[in-house]
Amino acid sequence: MAYKKRLEDRGFEETRPIEAKVGVIPKADGSAYFKIGKTWAYAAVYGPRNLYPRFLQDPQKGILRCNYNMMPFSGSGERVRPGGSRRSKEISLVTEKALLPVLDLNEYPNSVVDVFIELPQTEAGSRCAGICAASMALADAGLAMKDLVSAVSVGRVDDKLVVDLDYSEESYADGTVADIPVAMMPNLGKISLLQMDGEISKEELFKALELAKKACKKIYDVQKNALKNRYGVGQNV
Amino acid sequence: MGNVIVKNKDIAVPGEILAEGMDNLPGEGTYRDGEKIVAGRLGLVMVDGRAIKLISLSGRYIPKTHDTIIGKVEDITFSGWRIDTNSAYSAMLSMKDATSDYIARGADLTKYYDLGDYVVCEVVNVTSQKLIDVSMKGPGLKKLDGGRVIKVNPNKVPRIIGKQGSMVSMIKDATGCRIVVGQNGLVWIDGDPKGELTVVKTIQKIEEESHTTGLTDRIKEFLENETGKR
Repeated sequence: MAYKKRLEDRGFEETRPIEAKVGVIPKADGSAYFKIGKTWAYAAVYGPRNLYPRFLQDPQKGILRCNYNMMPFSGSGERVRPGGSRRSKEISLVTEKALLPVLDLNEYPNSVVDVFIELPQTEAGSRCAGICAASMALADAGLAMKDLVSAVSVGRVDDKLVVDLDYSEESYADGTVADIPVAMMPNLGKISLLQMDGEISKEELFKALELAKKACKKIYDVQKNALKNRYGVGQNV
Repeated sequence: MGNVIVKNKDIAVPGEILAEGMDNLPGEGTYRDGEKIVAGRLGLVMVDGRAIKLISLSGRYIPKTHDTIIGKVEDITFSGWRIDTNSAYSAMLSMKDATSDYIARGADLTKYYDLGDYVVCEVVNVTSQKLIDVSMKGPGLKKLDGGRVIKVNPNKVPRIIGKQGSMVSMIKDATGCRIVVGQNGLVWIDGDPKGELTVVKTIQKIEEESHTTGLTDRIKEFLENETGKR
């Protein structure tokens, strides 16, 4: 048995269509959306602002707080229970850890930068979309950053290595699947998030990471473009 | 041989390589990574001789000494007032820096500045932990009575003020309003209601178009349309 063809004639190393925009929530200090296929992520950044309760404050540097939330009507249609879950708590944590290496919050002791990620619709790859949106929103908020963060999932479906798994591939039943979300700092060439569901051999993992590297470069170009477009000529006309 | 990759007034995003080689110097908002100069934030590129720096376009106000800001009284303590600075940190206005009047021991401090009052003050000291001291002793530093206060992007304040205050005095002359622009992104406007509205609209226009050229002429035209002809 073999995995022959992806939905909508997508190539195995091709991502779903991507759309990104910066400055979508005027009241926030920074905001962006990142849509990859039918997975949509909105991110809003507030801060640096003062942090209470006081025991959370760090006199050395500012802290980053991420909040990942799938909206009740997202997903496949059955109502997602609103509010936090064990899953969303984990994803909030890994998002924070994925973004922290690029951020420099030493200038903001005792304060907090809040990142809110909301997903109106999801079809796999939501934590990656959330990280992409959040990194654009943080840049838009004018924070000191070494690099942007781009994220994509790679993996194996049956015998093929694929980039950006959608829901049908994630839940593929006729063979083994590996789903590996990867977040990278494209210019520094470093990885800040690496998780996996399923199984994969060592050789295939290395090959898959190479694919992730290539895909992240492409995503970085989209993010860069979106940020420049916010101030591009012809804007506000 | 040094090689500057970006042009003056380009928008740079974090991680973007601005120049290669050791001939250029990394300025504000940039950092050096080996041979390269890399953008450390989102901003407008300024090539100034050999130095490359980034001017930030967004972000909250960061308190600096000698900035004149508009603050709001948020608390009253034994020794003075706590002022909200529209940043992550609040400032202290001590009794001896607040007014030239003699304040008797145990006097009711709300007589001078009450909760919710807006004041124009100057940042005199900022520590590494961002404890801020402000003073109200100096020309133009006063309590603001009446009028309205609007919030603008603090990074656009230099454009609202203009060279030697040219932009803000143009707006003042056209509308007859009194205007105080704080470095922290608060603007106080006082005048007749119609004039105030025109000022708000004009400032919003400056904020939106601040990165374009020929701004002063366009604002002048805008103000003439809004006021003079009617």
